[in-house]
Amino acid sequence: MVVGDSADRVFHALADGTRRDILARVIHDGQSVSALARLYPMSFAAVQKHVAVLEQAGLVTKERRGREQVVHGEVGALRRAAGLLADLEQVWRHRVRGIEDVLRRET
Amino acid sequence: MTVLDVRRDEQALTFTLVAEFDAPPARVWQVWEDPRQLERWWGPPTWPATFDRHEFRPGGRSAYYMTGPDGTKAHGYFEFTLVEAPQRLEFNDGFADAAGEPVTTMEPTHGTVTFEARGDRTRMTVLSQFTSLDQLQEMAKMGMEEGLRLAVGQIDEVLGARS
Repeated sequence: MVVGDSADRVFHALADGTRRDILARVIHDGQSVSALARLYPMSFAAVQKHVAVLEQAGLVTKERRGREQVVHGEVGALRRAAGLLADLEQVWRHRVRGIEDVLRRET
Repeated sequence: MTVLDVRRDEQALTFTLVAEFDAPPARVWQVWEDPRQLERWWGPPTWPATFDRHEFRPGGRSAYYMTGPDGTKAHGYFEFTLVEAPQRLEFNDGFADAAGEPVTTMEPTHGTVTFEARGDRTRMTVLSQFTSLDQLQEMAKMGMEEGLRLAVGQIDEVLGARS
């Protein structure tokens, strides 16, 4: 089985210490990008870039609140999607076996 | 091992499966085209499918139900948006009421199936596109024995609560 693009994006996003730290901070409560930026010795733009990588991996979502961009953890949704897609894989593996049976009996 | 590849994209909510069968595309196409063959593999083993209607052409509709061990029925429908024998098939796949009419409260899943000749074998790729986690959850349930038992149980509960 091949690991999909989405898994690549997740692993890439989590391969960086700052991004892991950001994710840990926003999992339970949302935090604004500016509040996050104050925590790290780097520019606002650099923190924004890290948040964007996490967002592309589906690990966080951004929400505009007034002039602020609030970052929320999305780990639950991702895990739920992964579980459901795994279930669906079993459904299709059964169906493929069924098709094989049909083909075998009639050829 | 005929399943060659499975890709599950949690963010895009897509599912892709690639399988190879020991028959030419024209033969594999028939397992979709012929309702009697289709009903032998669409439902889970203990919930066989019965197709009452199967209009295998663009714009055509299919109506089916799956019957559980205790006789309960779960209904579904297909709506074909593209049928290009024996290469490509696109359809919406959704839930239906007992009369076979689409349930409008949930969007159907869009499925694309392609058939490619590989020597005298066929490579079949199934791509399912979901629009929400809830929809994905319902479709995954609809394909599984355990899930169907739950889904039908929930419907019974709703009906029981109403009466």
